[in-house]
Amino acid sequence: MSQIDLLRFATAGSVDDGKSTLIGRLLYDSKQIFEDQLEAIERTSLARGDEYVDLALLTDGLRAEREQGITIDVAYRYFSTPKRKFIIADSPGHVQHTRNMVTGCSTADLVLILVDARNGVTEQTRRHAFIASLLRIPHLVVCINKMDLVGWSRDRFQEIRSELESFVARLQIPDLTFIPISALQGDNVVDRSTSMSWYEGSSLLHHLEDVHIASDRNLIDLRFPIQLVMRPRSNQLHDYRGYAGQMAAGILGVGDEVMVLPSGFVSKVESIESYDGQVQQAFPPMSVVVRLADDLDISRGDMLCRAHNKPNISQDLSAMICWMSEKPLEEGMKLSIKHNSTWAKTLVQEVRYRLDVNTLHRDNSSKQLALNDVGRINMRTTSPLFYDEYRLNRTTGSFILVDDQTQVTVAAGMLLTHT
Amino acid sequence: MNYTLSHLEALEAEAIFIIREVVAEFERPCLLFSGGKDSAVLLHLAVKACWPLQLPFPVLHIDTGHNFPEVLTFRDRRVEELGIRLVVGSVQDAIDNGEVTEDKTPGSSRNRLQTHSLLEAISRNRFDAVFGGGRRDEEKARAKERVFSHRDEFGQWDPRRQRPELWNLYNGRHRKGEHFRIFPLSNWTELDIWQYIEKENIELPSIYFAHEREVFRRDQMLLARTLYTEPDPDNPDEEPFVASVRYRTVGDMTCTSPVLSTAKTTQEVIQETSATRISERGATRADDKFSEAAMEDRKREGYF
Repeated sequence: MSQIDLLRFATAGSVDDGKSTLIGRLLYDSKQIFEDQLEAIERTSLARGDEYVDLALLTDGLRAEREQGITIDVAYRYFSTPKRKFIIADSPGHVQHTRNMVTGCSTADLVLILVDARNGVTEQTRRHAFIASLLRIPHLVVCINKMDLVGWSRDRFQEIRSELESFVARLQIPDLTFIPISALQGDNVVDRSTSMSWYEGSSLLHHLEDVHIASDRNLIDLRFPIQLVMRPRSNQLHDYRGYAGQMAAGILGVGDEVMVLPSGFVSKVESIESYDGQVQQAFPPMSVVVRLADDLDISRGDMLCRAHNKPNISQDLSAMICWMSEKPLEEGMKLSIKHNSTWAKTLVQEVRYRLDVNTLHRDNSSKQLALNDVGRINMRTTSPLFYDEYRLNRTTGSFILVDDQTQVTVAAGMLLTHT
Repeated sequence: MNYTLSHLEALEAEAIFIIREVVAEFERPCLLFSGGKDSAVLLHLAVKACWPLQLPFPVLHIDTGHNFPEVLTFRDRRVEELGIRLVVGSVQDAIDNGEVTEDKTPGSSRNRLQTHSLLEAISRNRFDAVFGGGRRDEEKARAKERVFSHRDEFGQWDPRRQRPELWNLYNGRHRKGEHFRIFPLSNWTELDIWQYIEKENIELPSIYFAHEREVFRRDQMLLARTLYTEPDPDNPDEEPFVASVRYRTVGDMTCTSPVLSTAKTTQEVIQETSATRISERGATRADDKFSEAAMEDRKREGYF
């Protein structure tokens, strides 16, 4: 079987930027759309009196969405080529759904933003680029769509490109690519366009197949959060004690000296194993069971790292958060926090500022964060967290906040150095 | 060594992480096991996730009373091999006890009745997490499903009030009487499932591979001639014939259609799956054809 890897990307665009059409086109041209699905949308398009088959119908899932002609929630789509399997987190573009885009981006390697060539850069384009940067997505692809409606104009493409480049310069986006396309006609989506000979780059699909993501992972700082302690109470294995978890960062090898947090005990890795047998090394995102040379008191929520390379250990935290609840966040609020495999309680001590996601202006006077607001807070937890700054490690640097009354997830958080 | 995982290894590592989170945070999980290919893969992943422990939860089968005998044989053999507990929720019992009424008009199935037996089994056993083999690529309403999917005390799913699901930080907090459906295969496609079955050499019921069977055509689909599905003798279109077929999904005998196929091995099924132009559910499930929102409606009520 050929070895193909996995690329997860999030898409965003304003309501009429043609995002659903583009995704429909990617699925259709890479032959992921089945005949019965196509027939179903042909019937619907015909019934609505559309002039062409509306590929957007492929992705508008729920009845409420079809009735309103909008997407209300993150939807996941899948397609693959001989080179890669792709998972698309398709988030809607409306103002009120910043939280959906944050959700879609949280697991993404790459973000794809659509801009309507006629309208150029809008407030939403800037907001989406900002969220991609906030979530530290290393690759941003901007598709300038509907090029057919601006006469395939190179000047228009360049104009939009420069405008967005100057905005993105204020963000943290290491890899930025612009592609002129027509999602409706398929230009530069899978095949190179014949109408824009001035464009020398790859088609969107080629770019997605080739973008290098292996270096995006952190293979330096060993972090192994312990998920479960495996102690089989059987006769054959009665002395067995293994620590199950998924590698968050770094490379762990048999024989390596490791430190256990929070106890600070040091031990050696005796073996790294799984149902399939033993391996010499583990790296992200492998799920393995680690056995240590010494019998230590270790439980879920503990972490393996190296004595000379430890995460931050603190109860006092500072973070950027995206607030996702109708009930606003206020100073003094108590919430539950989940970080790695640890649950704790947290007290919101201070709302330091609310960030205007359109202008990047910091509003220091705001002591509240409302639904879809992004801002910086300081908080204190009941027990210390072992964390890295989110920019260094997206796994050990992220957390969620949960309202204890409703049990609902109310915020996504990205940790910063505490100041 | 380039320190990268293949797509199947990455999907496996993700599913194992999800299963372990449930084992760590829930009190009474169970795994829905129909004997179908997705649940066979799910069970295999659960065994891997919990290794070297014995699987610490039972499997639950909702038996419509219209199951393929090959599938029930397979189910019982797997349960015995793993030494685990099997809980059965019987649709036939629910009908006999008058808890539900069967629609006996031609073309109807017991599909929808399963929801009652499923919810009843969940509440009787006080299960708080129910692993299912649902995949987001199966159907439009499933594309928006969470990995940890909340169900209220009536077992209902509210698509507009789903919790945001960020990174791999799953929130399974719930009140007494509520439960979660857990979908570790969310990000898998039909092709991934088959490739993984081949890679891991996972055993399946024989009806997934080509075999000769007496079939007839109804509403542009094939149906096997069984005790429960007889062709209409007055309808010349339903003239039965023998063909080489296999099943792409395994459900109730009354509403699961075989497809014409000569694929006798996993490898041959993968080749056929890569080339097919009809979706898995479109080809084989009469139950999804009722309305554009058929799945959405059933899911809201608490269906798989």
